[in-house]
Amino acid sequence: MNYFPDEVIEHVFDFVTSHRDRNSISLVCKSWFKIERYSRQNVFIGNCYATSPERLLRRFPCFKSLTLKGKPHFADFNLVPHGWGGFVQPWIEALARSRVGLEELRLKRMVVTDESLELLSRSFVNFKSLVLVSCEGFSTDGLASIAANCRHLQDLDLQENDIDDHRGQWLSCFPETSTTLVTLNFACLEGETNLVALERLVARSPNLRSLKLNRTVPLEALARLMACAPQIVELGVGSYEDEQDSESCLRLQAAIRKCTSLRSLSGFLEAAPHCLSAFQPVCHNLTSLNLSYAAEINGSHLIRLIEHCKKLQRLWILDSIGDKGLEVVASTCKELQELRVFPTDLHGGGNAAVTEDGLVAISAGCPKLHSILYFCQQMTNEALITVAKNCPNFIRFRLCILEPHKPDHVTSQPLDEGFGAIVQACKNLKRLSVSGLLTDQVFLYIGMFATQLEMLSIAFAGDTDKGMLYVLNGCKKMRKLEIRDSPFGDAALLADVNKYETMRSLWMSSCEVTLGGCKRLAQKAPWLNVEIINENDNNRMEEENGYEGRQKVDKLYLYRTVVGTRVDAPPFVWIL
Amino acid sequence: MSLEEELQSNVSVASSSPTKNTAGGGGLKVHNYFGLSDSSSVESSTLSGRVEDDKATISLKATELTLGLPGSQSTELDLLSPAKLNEKPFFPLLPSKDEICSSSSHKNIVASGNKRGFSDTMYTEKNWMFPESVAAQSVVKKEVPQNIPKGQLSTTNNSSSPPAAKAQIVGWPPVRSYRKNTLATTCKNSDEVDGKPGSAALFVKVSMDGAPYLRKVDLRSYTNYGELSSALEKMFTTFTLGHCGSNGAPGKDMLNETKLKDLLNGKDYVLTYEDKDGDWMLVGDVPWEMFIDVCKKLKIMKGCDAIGLAAAPRAIEKSKMRA
Repeated sequence: MNYFPDEVIEHVFDFVTSHRDRNSISLVCKSWFKIERYSRQNVFIGNCYATSPERLLRRFPCFKSLTLKGKPHFADFNLVPHGWGGFVQPWIEALARSRVGLEELRLKRMVVTDESLELLSRSFVNFKSLVLVSCEGFSTDGLASIAANCRHLQDLDLQENDIDDHRGQWLSCFPETSTTLVTLNFACLEGETNLVALERLVARSPNLRSLKLNRTVPLEALARLMACAPQIVELGVGSYEDEQDSESCLRLQAAIRKCTSLRSLSGFLEAAPHCLSAFQPVCHNLTSLNLSYAAEINGSHLIRLIEHCKKLQRLWILDSIGDKGLEVVASTCKELQELRVFPTDLHGGGNAAVTEDGLVAISAGCPKLHSILYFCQQMTNEALITVAKNCPNFIRFRLCILEPHKPDHVTSQPLDEGFGAIVQACKNLKRLSVSGLLTDQVFLYIGMFATQLEMLSIAFAGDTDKGMLYVLNGCKKMRKLEIRDSPFGDAALLADVNKYETMRSLWMSSCEVTLGGCKRLAQKAPWLNVEIINENDNNRMEEENGYEGRQKVDKLYLYRTVVGTRVDAPPFVWIL
Repeated sequence: MSLEEELQSNVSVASSSPTKNTAGGGGLKVHNYFGLSDSSSVESSTLSGRVEDDKATISLKATELTLGLPGSQSTELDLLSPAKLNEKPFFPLLPSKDEICSSSSHKNIVASGNKRGFSDTMYTEKNWMFPESVAAQSVVKKEVPQNIPKGQLSTTNNSSSPPAAKAQIVGWPPVRSYRKNTLATTCKNSDEVDGKPGSAALFVKVSMDGAPYLRKVDLRSYTNYGELSSALEKMFTTFTLGHCGSNGAPGKDMLNETKLKDLLNGKDYVLTYEDKDGDWMLVGDVPWEMFIDVCKKLKIMKGCDAIGLAAAPRAIEKSKMRA
């Protein structure tokens, strides 16, 4: 390959987009390393503390798009206290100082401030795309800066963030000359928006493909917006009260019929039970449907809509759809690839809306299914074994039985065999979440068969350290391991310290690891940041002599890093 | 008190029940999560040790945490939970039933114990509750499983107390707080949602003057101002004790809740909240149900800073306007 000039090699590299493949390319030889380095457009950093902005800029001077992830996954469930970290400010500051022509920033579980957004909006002339997922720390003032200053903004995509809504006029801050919007998603905002400004913005954005409104945008506004943007491909519906205003309804139906490109429907946060029928004309084209926030719509209405969605590839739904509803999905949606069934009742109050039968029905009816997230009250080994036989193509399999330690409800056995069947049959399984009553046996199966597994979530499972050891020894491709409330301790933690160099991170909370064990680990592995998160009493851990070594650690988060201990840790985080 | 009487009778039923489960004579002892087993290992033996040990060893400390200190108001939360959880073990242990409850309902019991422990851990420093409860799990699994008629299970569920006593585990089920809050608001705004109003969580941020970081609390896990106040006291103990400046000592021996309460009650700190209109009001003036409807954020302010904040009349005015 070195007979070709660099430009040719670079051109070949352009076809390689996956960052993992590009990482591999750069290891081939020095020349390729150099070429790849300068031509890397999209940089992905899975853990913002694994490296630093300076190192990023040294390695990839010419990148245009940056993806950063901050807090560990369990932060989504309130297991990581506020203030832990994941601040984007230093990154934006460093990038702003450099000459990088940043065009896209994608952040997940990071702390973003209005100051950061302001700086971002002023520093990069060609900035085009901002995607924030599960972030917090900013307000609509920050959005106003983005709107006002980013002349070429194409994507403003806010997914499930915690945003302080000042009910200001951020939408009016888009200049009249701004016509480049492609994606506008503000579904997670709580407050009222300026509907006039919104309509005008939509009307002057001919490239708008994705529009996701928040719960305060009423029905008549929706009708007008859709009339302005018939080219829309993804729509997130705002509030949709009862069809008392029949004129609005008729207008909406007329507008919907014109949206021949509509492929994805979501929202319905404030949705009256009967409102879905207006969307029936577009169902036959829909590939993605997210009704997982539509708590008021009962199963029968959902079913009536889904019956028409023959091309559906992605479905997110609440368990109010019931097993019967899932059977309809199974018989209708033959193209289904991803299914998520979320719980309506978060306290496990008794009435199981979906059971193992629904899961089996889906597995039998949808041959292309490869990703599933399923919350339910009960499960059996038999069902899981059947699912494994029906669907050997799972890449992501996440099952959450709402009650911890719940066994097979028919045989009262642990669910080891069921999950064992899944990992044995699904040779491409990359992500797995287990639940229910589980012994060390299930981890033996996982270690033996889940050779491609990259992410494993364990809660309330296992008997002894052997469980964790099976996984650490067996799953060669493991990258993220997160464990809570399981009896794994120091022996498992310390058995193979070098394993953690091959992984992005390990999370263990409410397990059996002790402070002494963590200290030993930190000593053996200086290239790891071993963080102890102890919210309750900062001083106690240090000062009780004698018992210190055996004191249980509440939360442990460790990750490989090339830049050593981070300097922005709050007092309740102790980095060993 | 009646609670203790209940406990006594619970114990006698437990010890007199026929032990069909052979794997552990200690099988039934697992039920005694009130801490009434013989061995009381405080130091955590390794879990494998526990598995081999047929007798479930629940530390006496479990008792302490469960019952709380008598007369101490702050532990009301602890006292409430076991009383309600008592109902569950009664069903499987009734001598008239032939079947011993299966390990699944064992899980119900001990899991509930777990849940209580977890919610306690939210508010206390006693984290070691976890491992022992988990240890109990592993022993229970060794028992010969029996089937329990579905009817019995459902009666157990029906007779179980309202969600608050099923004390929620932190971060469980694994659903994003955004989703929990969104569904909570949606349910709130509708008239009927299958008769289960407010079944989802409602997290609000709590900040305190002088504290370096925020906390979050789920308003739906409390049923009145007293519970909220106790929970917040526990949460912010460390900070307030840092202010117990008069002694100078950095307050390790001062995990004294009475002292803290005096501090709070002595008007040094007041609890305030930001409502939907963005105004800061004093907590406690409106009915609880209305309060959780409008509260967006909580703040523990120094008393002197809170002077001039909306007192009762203004709060009541607002509530009238909303009604």
